[in-house]
Order: sequence, then C-alpha cells, then structure tokens
Amino acid sequence: MKYGTKILHNGNEIDPHTGALSIPIYQASTYHQFDVEHFGKYDYSRSGNPTREALEKTLAALENGTYAYAFASGMAAISSALAILKQGDHIIATEDIYGGSYRILTRFFAKFGIETTFVDMTRLDNIREAIRPSTRALFLESPSNPLLKVTDIVGAVKIAREHNLITMIDNTFMSPYFQRPLDLGVDIVIHSATKFLGGHSDVIGGAVITNSEKLAKDIYFVQNGFGAVLGPQDCWLLLRGIKTLRARMELQQRSALEIAQWLRMQPWVAEVYYPGLPDHPGHHILKEQAAGFGAVLSFATDTVERARQIMKKVKLWSVAVSLGGVESILSYPVKMSHAAIPKAERERLGITDRLIRLSVGLEEAEDLIGDLQPE
Amino acid sequence: MNIETRITHAGLCTDSVTGAISTPIYQTATFRHPAVGVSTGYDYSRTVNPTRQVLENVMADLEGGDRGFAFASGMGAITTVLMMFSNGDHLLVSDDLYGGTYRVLERNFRQLGITVDYVDMTQLESVEAAIIPGHTKAILIETPTNPLMKITDLAKVSALARSKGLLTIVDNTFMTPYLQRPIELGADVVVHSGTKYLGGHNDVLSGVVVTARPELSEKIGFIQNSTGNVLGPQDSWLMLRGIKTLSLRMEKQQQNAAAIAEWLVKNPHVKQVYYPGLPGHPGREIQVKQSNGFGAMLSFRVPDAAWVERIINRVKVITYAESLGGVETLITYPMKQTHGDIPAEIRQKIGVTDDLIRLSVGIEHIDDLIGDLEQAISGGAKG
Repeated sequence: MKYGTKILHNGNEIDPHTGALSIPIYQASTYHQFDVEHFGKYDYSRSGNPTREALEKTLAALENGTYAYAFASGMAAISSALAILKQGDHIIATEDIYGGSYRILTRFFAKFGIETTFVDMTRLDNIREAIRPSTRALFLESPSNPLLKVTDIVGAVKIAREHNLITMIDNTFMSPYFQRPLDLGVDIVIHSATKFLGGHSDVIGGAVITNSEKLAKDIYFVQNGFGAVLGPQDCWLLLRGIKTLRARMELQQRSALEIAQWLRMQPWVAEVYYPGLPDHPGHHILKEQAAGFGAVLSFATDTVERARQIMKKVKLWSVAVSLGGVESILSYPVKMSHAAIPKAERERLGITDRLIRLSVGLEEAEDLIGDLQPE
Repeated sequence: MNIETRITHAGLCTDSVTGAISTPIYQTATFRHPAVGVSTGYDYSRTVNPTRQVLENVMADLEGGDRGFAFASGMGAITTVLMMFSNGDHLLVSDDLYGGTYRVLERNFRQLGITVDYVDMTQLESVEAAIIPGHTKAILIETPTNPLMKITDLAKVSALARSKGLLTIVDNTFMTPYLQRPIELGADVVVHSGTKYLGGHNDVLSGVVVTARPELSEKIGFIQNSTGNVLGPQDSWLMLRGIKTLSLRMEKQQQNAAAIAEWLVKNPHVKQVYYPGLPGHPGREIQVKQSNGFGAMLSFRVPDAAWVERIINRVKVITYAESLGGVETLITYPMKQTHGDIPAEIRQKIGVTDDLIRLSVGIEHIDDLIGDLEQAISGGAKG
C-alpha cells in the first residue's frame, strides 16, 4: 500500500461495533468491569480510551512505529518523553530549538538534576565533542525552528549508537508524511500534533512514537502516571485532521517553495531560510532523509522597520504563534516562539528582530505573495 | 453570594459579545494578534484558552484561592504540584493515599531526586516527628483519605506546616469546595481530580489546582504552560456544565451515603463500616468542625475476603468500575483497583486489605441501592 493510502486506511478508521466510518468519541472516564478477576481492556480513560487508542494506533502506523502515545499538548509530549530520564543524566540538544523545549530543558529539567548542552547539530562533530560519561540522550529538531537547519539524522543516530544514547527527534515541521525518523534509526519521535498533523489550528495535542518495547513501557508509565493525556474530543479532531495530511502537505509545500523563490528575488530580503531551495546548506541531506521540504520558512528583512511594517500590513496572513494549519500564519520568533531564549543567545543563533517565520497554508500562493509585498 | 449560587452560575454569561448563557467552546489552538506586540490576552491555547480560563476562574472562586488551573487529569494536577519541588527536596504524604500518586512518587519523582515519607496525618506528633529540617518542603494531605476515610485536622496541620516553613497541599477531591475549603483553613494549594464530583458524570477526565497566593500561582502557571498538561476546551466546557449541579448532587449523594452507611452498620454480614458521618467515627468531630458535610464515599469490610468477589459480581444497580464521584453508584475493590500499585506489606499496614470494599454513592433511589446491596451481600455471604 502506498503511504498516501495508508494515511486513510491503516486499520483504525472504522468503528468495529457499528461500521461507522468515523471513530466514536468515547466521552467516558471509567468502564464497567464484568468480572472481578478479569478486567476488560479499558478500566479508566487516563490509562486507555478507545478514541485515543484509535488515534495512537494511527500515529504509530504513520510513523512506521509500533507504539504511540497521545498527549494534551506538544510540550506535554516532549516533557513526558524527557521524564523517562533521571537525575544526573545529560542531554545534548539542537541549539536553535523551539523556545518551549529550551525553556523546559533549562528551567525545568535542570532543577531535577538533568543537564543539557545545546550544540549546532549541522556539524556532527559538535555532538561527538559534547558527549560525557553521563550523556544519556540526543534531542534533535530537524529542520530546526525557526532557522530550518538540517541535521544528518542517520549520522547523529550512528554517534548515538556508538555511545549507547537514546535519540529523540521533534518531527513536527516535517510530519510523518515527509519524514519518518524511526526508519532512520531514531528511538523516539515527538510531535506537536497541534501543527501539521491536526492541521486546522483548532486542537492542541502532542504525540510520542517509538519502536522500542522498553522505551514504550517507560513512556506509557509517564503518560499514565503524570496523566497529560489528550481528551476524546481532541483525539477525534486529530483523527479527522490526519485524513487530509497528504493533500495539505503537498499543497502547502508547493506554495512554500513559490514564496521562498519569490522572497529571495526581493531587494528588501536579506536572507531566506527554506531547505527546499537548492542552495540551502541542508538541502541535500534533507533530500536524502525526507520526502519533502515542508511548508515552514523564515526570512530576514533588510531592516527591523521593514519586518514590523510587513507584520502591520498583512491581511491574509494571521500574525499569531503556532504553525501548520490550513491558514497561513506569520510569526515573529523574537517575540513569540523563541521569546523564552535569552536575547544574547538568540542573536548568536541568528534569531534576530529582522527574522519573520512563515507557515504557509492552503491559500493561493499569488495572494499570499501579494499580501507580503511591502509598500 | 452563597456558594450554591456561585456553583450554579459557573460560566454563566461569559460571552459578552453574544450574551450566550453557556460559555462558548473555543476549539482553537492559536489567536490572531491585532498588531505586533499587541495581544488580545490570548496567544496560544496551551498558555490560555478562553473556555479553560472560565473553568479556572470558577474553581479559584469556589475554593477561595488566588488562581485556578485545569489539567488533563487529576494525576496531571497532582504531578504539576509535585513538580514545584526540586532535586533534594523531601515531602510528607498521607499514608493511605491514592495508588496512582504513590506510583509516580516512587517511580518518577524518586529518580528526579525527590524523596517522600508516608505518615499517618491523623497523628499530629508523627507528622511533626517526620519533618526533616532543611529538606522537608511540603505536606500533602488527603482528607478524608482514600479508601479508609481517615480525617486530618487541616487547621492544625496547616499551622504546624506554616510554623516550620512548609507548604500544605490538600487533595480535596472527596469533599469538593461545596463541602470543604482547605485554603480557608490555612492550606496553600488545593488539588482535585475534577473527574470525580466536580465533573460528576463519569464522562470527563480532568484535574484542578487552586493556589492561595500569587507567588504559588506563578510557579504552577509556569509548570502548566511549560509541561503543557492542559485540559482541552470541550472537556473544560463539560466540567463547567457538571459543576452547575454540584451542590444538588453532593446533597443527594451524601444523603444516600449516610443511609447506606447506617444500613451497613446494622447488617450482620458486615464487619466494619468507614464513613465519617457515623457516630463513633474517630474523625467525626474534626470533620464537623472543618467541613459542611461528610461526603458520599464510604468503605466497608466483610468477614471473609472470599465474599468480596461474589458481592461485586452480584451487584446489578451498582456498577463495578474504578473512579468515583459520578451520579451513578460505583463499587470498587481497592486492593485490586485504585490501590493495586501499593506494595502488599504497605497495604496491609494501612488496612487496605482483601476484605475491603469501597462505594461511591450516586443519586439513584436509596431503596434500589440498599436493595441491591442487600441481595449482593446476602448472596455473597451464602457463597
């Protein structure tokens, strides 16, 4: 079966009791047990809910994984995956990581004795050099947010295996439609399902997928124990959103490339960051490890005033945080997604006040381009 | 305004645009900014969602706290509170606590460097003796406890905690703010499994934290937003809907519970009944002092553990399921279900043994509930 078909037909789309072509929303907290000695499959919705299970199995199928877990948000997915580590463990993470991930690593896990070193993973030796005896995990984000830096996933996994590290990757920007890191040897794939998986900016959700039975047990223990589970209504909305994943990703990517090509021709644009452009430094690696380049891009304007003027003027683009929806969203990383990263650190990374991030939606590219054009 | 009125008005007319009586369900992830650097007050639903915010405000008001926070589950609420602490901190926790809390404390928080001692919170001296100066940071209390309905004197423990510079955290799930408001008695943080009485219909998972002071609100808010354990808009709305009937349900449920407790006491096949409303319950006096009722949870022992399975398999009106607090009466076998994760020797020590049955009493007609228990217990006794 082709991947595009599997998105719609993976064995989790039909209600076995009625044949309904949509999974019922089981808005139940608990389940009657028919026998004291032999509990049924479900006993409490935090531990298992049929609607959530349909979503989790779908997510596992899409990532070519065995086990998947749905969480109340992308950050709940990330923090639950990281919570399998223990005090004294060391993590190596991508340096231009999503601000929320940066915050939780530096201000939250740090106080439990888990330390993180941030490195530029576009150079694999940086990973190797950061490894200590206590290093336990690699946390990748590729392409990274917001500078679309590409990490050689296979190369990173190879280093991780040599040192017995767990590899985790935030696959939000690519979605499993374009990139399936488990196939590349990654141990744990994480998503903010709020973005491309849901696709409609109408649901907050997160996902963790793995092939390892041992890691799956640890993650499930955290999911059930910390209880950051996704509610049944939101699970159903994600299932609904996923059905159009291929159509959305294809069209959104096409417009993203058009916009990137247009932007680089503009005299007021200093730099365009989109891995779909052939001269992007990560273009060839991404071509090897993914089936596409995604629909998120960033660009730096010539002046701060220009960036602000564009944000003031746009009508079709929503100025908002988040990405991945059918509606195009323009965001300003220094004030939004990366506000949690200290200014000096941001500047060093190239996340300046001239940088604008675009999440390209389903509108006609021509209209989106017209709306960006400064006066 | 009286609490019954405030309960009924939960989420009433929050939408100034349309005047809708019911709070709108904001099924949105993000919010458009009117201009750069200008926010409507809503940026991203993980941080603030208008539907969840109404629920959070209602809970802060009902508990008399500074701010409320809604989580994806009761365990989400309790673990968020535990995450306020750091590597090296020590906590004191009620010894007969919910098995799920015990499990995360032992498995997850221990590996993050947080240690715990389990103490009998009904004995003030043993609480004081267990405090490790410089390390102990908080006392976590369930009262009444689950499932043995032990009562802790909240004012006294809170005063002790304050004198030692510790936080008092109270799991108020069994009582709800309708019957008991721990912040008024000196507690710093109140936690709920909103799945139970607050929601009241066994149809939504949720958790709630209410903080007494702004500096605690800031800490909880940071963790909620960073770890992203938030309640979705649909579930937030179901909680608001459930809360509106909280006082009615609690009144009816505790009336039924008291009648069942009295009936069980007289039943020759029942060895012991644990319900704080019964005369002679060791915590009754404290309960009367610190709350407005005895709640609708009770446990009882039968003379022979072999009866338990037979009784549970025989009930018809009552449902055998985990959880509690809903309009439907549920029967639970704590040793196998809610407290299955606690090691056998600890269960034995605290009295959660194989002859113990827990009831969460609902709003059915009392004659049907007692009739069902009558046939199930006498049938179970016969074998």
